[in-house]
Amino acid sequence: MNIAARSLWPGAAVILLLLTACGGGSQPPAGSAGEQAGASAQGAADEEKVVNVYNWSDYIDESVVAEFEKEFGIRVNYDVFDSNEVLETRLLAGNTGYDVVVPSASFLERQIKAGVFQKLDKSQLPNLQHLDPQLVERVALHDPGNEHSVIYLWGTTGLGYNVDQIRKRMPDAPLQSWRLLYDPEVAKNFADCGISVLDAPSEVIGTVLMHLGKDPNSEEQADLEAAEKVLMAIRPYVRYVHSSRYIDDLANGEICLALGWSGDVLQARDRAREAGRGVTVGYSIPQEGTIVFFDMLAIPADAPHPRNAHLFINFLQRPEIAARNSSAVNFATPNTAAWPLVAESVRNDPIVYPPQEVLAKLQPDLAESPRFTRQLTRTWTRFRTGK
Amino acid sequence: MSVQGGRVGRRLVVAVPYLWLLLFFLVPFVIVLKISFSEVRLAMPPYAPLLEWTGDRLAAIRINFENYSYLFTDPLYVSAYLYSLKVAAVSTVLCLLIGYPMAYAIARAPGTWRSVLLMLVILPFWTSFLLRVYAWIGLLRNNGLINNALMALGIIDEPITMMQTDFAVYVGIVYAYLPFMILPLYANLEKHDPMLLEAAADLGARPITAFLRITLPLSVPGIVAGSLLVFIPAVGEFVIPSLLGGADQLMIGRVLWDEFFSNRDWPVASAVAIVMLLLLVVPIMLFQRFERRELEERA
Repeated sequence: MNIAARSLWPGAAVILLLLTACGGGSQPPAGSAGEQAGASAQGAADEEKVVNVYNWSDYIDESVVAEFEKEFGIRVNYDVFDSNEVLETRLLAGNTGYDVVVPSASFLERQIKAGVFQKLDKSQLPNLQHLDPQLVERVALHDPGNEHSVIYLWGTTGLGYNVDQIRKRMPDAPLQSWRLLYDPEVAKNFADCGISVLDAPSEVIGTVLMHLGKDPNSEEQADLEAAEKVLMAIRPYVRYVHSSRYIDDLANGEICLALGWSGDVLQARDRAREAGRGVTVGYSIPQEGTIVFFDMLAIPADAPHPRNAHLFINFLQRPEIAARNSSAVNFATPNTAAWPLVAESVRNDPIVYPPQEVLAKLQPDLAESPRFTRQLTRTWTRFRTGK
Repeated sequence: MSVQGGRVGRRLVVAVPYLWLLLFFLVPFVIVLKISFSEVRLAMPPYAPLLEWTGDRLAAIRINFENYSYLFTDPLYVSAYLYSLKVAAVSTVLCLLIGYPMAYAIARAPGTWRSVLLMLVILPFWTSFLLRVYAWIGLLRNNGLINNALMALGIIDEPITMMQTDFAVYVGIVYAYLPFMILPLYANLEKHDPMLLEAAADLGARPITAFLRITLPLSVPGIVAGSLLVFIPAVGEFVIPSLLGGADQLMIGRVLWDEFFSNRDWPVASAVAIVMLLLLVVPIMLFQRFERRELEERA
């Protein structure tokens, strides 16, 4: 899954992106993004029958794209990524040629400020009426007034584990608490069977702060230092820091504890079941609460086919389509009308659709200020390298 | 007439590589250099232009050297550069130790075998580089082929952890770049005149002496060419350490990635890239000087 993103030889990537950035010199300034949306809606009649979509890998029911093509006679060029950073860098370089992209809300927040997106024309998106107002209000923290984006799917960051390996080493392991990972006295028991942590600095440090009972979005130097202390204490027991390798490794027993994303851990659970080698994967949302992430559908300001992009977004929010996507990828749809149509095993899974009392404990990962980014990344580098 | 036509033609032929270098090396280099003197900004693209019109037809040029001085305030960068150089140097030596006997054997093999052996060296290029590195994961991991085989044979009881270690990185780099060492060495060794060794034997030199005093000195250009072809890409290597390596050692490729993608700091990323380029240009220049001296000596 992560092949495409990881294969970028950074030198080549830098030069390529800089070249495209240079070509992008003629782009409209940030302020005109909104007007552009209006203008393009008028000129839509003669829009080419194409829409270019850039989504996360393994993040859609595969028949959905073909169905859209058939119904609207619009060809979909469907391309995938596996990291917000890669998407963001391409968006900031400009001229991506994409019509629909799916950044997570905390990244989208910053991208909106940089003028990356156009305002959505809500008259072209009637299916937005189905969205859960509670969730829509949550993402308004990132996208004020919900002007630029629509929730595609959402999930949580939590603990994935190999049930038998953990029990064998620690029968009374605190499976429902961050202590499982962040208490070195507990974590050290699992060093031999393998621990992995997501390579997502802001999100992971947010979960450490929640373990410490602090605000996950704090930019206080003291809080960051406290979080770093926790991370460094468990570092000797962590085998690697990576955002997608753990899916396979958890499924085939190479590791036994992973800080991971809900849907991905469930994917590992399903794969382990299919393999039938006696690996049982569990997932828990710690009782201290965790980070919730929203992946947002948005249209770049320089999208060549904005009208088709609106059609595609509206199609994804059609209840039966949203339900199929949620069932296929084990992430939750915000579409209330879709909920009854979601496959029963997914709909009734409290991991995918957490009950109200768990929902109340979920906190957003807000975009950090540019000053803080560097400190955060530096702390992260110290953690990753263990020095 | 014809003489002049030939001169124009020659100039045209020479112009092509220069044009190529100008377009695909110098222009990108200048762009990266320009960004490395700039400042971060939350915009598209995410840096401030160097040249800004301030109204009255006056252009303000703001050159910012901070991005370079920053690289020396944090030991992260220096240690990553040094570690990259170390990994590249060790890999180059290993490639040489493994590649030299192979190239020598191929050069000495009978004619029909030679093309087959050369083919075998080139054959891996027919599959994707990425897939070949991925294949190593299957070989090296705890549950992988090597560990399973050793355990089945009863040589070890517990799997040896090889993935996510420096060892795996060296295995990957040496494996991936070995052909770049073998091919120039072969091209050099193949040209040696066997009569020289015969003459040495006639004069009483033992094979090892003949090798050390004739073959080895004659093959130095091949060694230098092969070493550069391995060393230069290995310094900037990103894929192999990120797939096979652990997190505890940082190569400069990963630092560059972090600056560019995690920090969104294109100016500092560009400064890192420029310094890396300088680190690579120096050995190339040394090589060229070496070659020139070689030519002069022959002449």
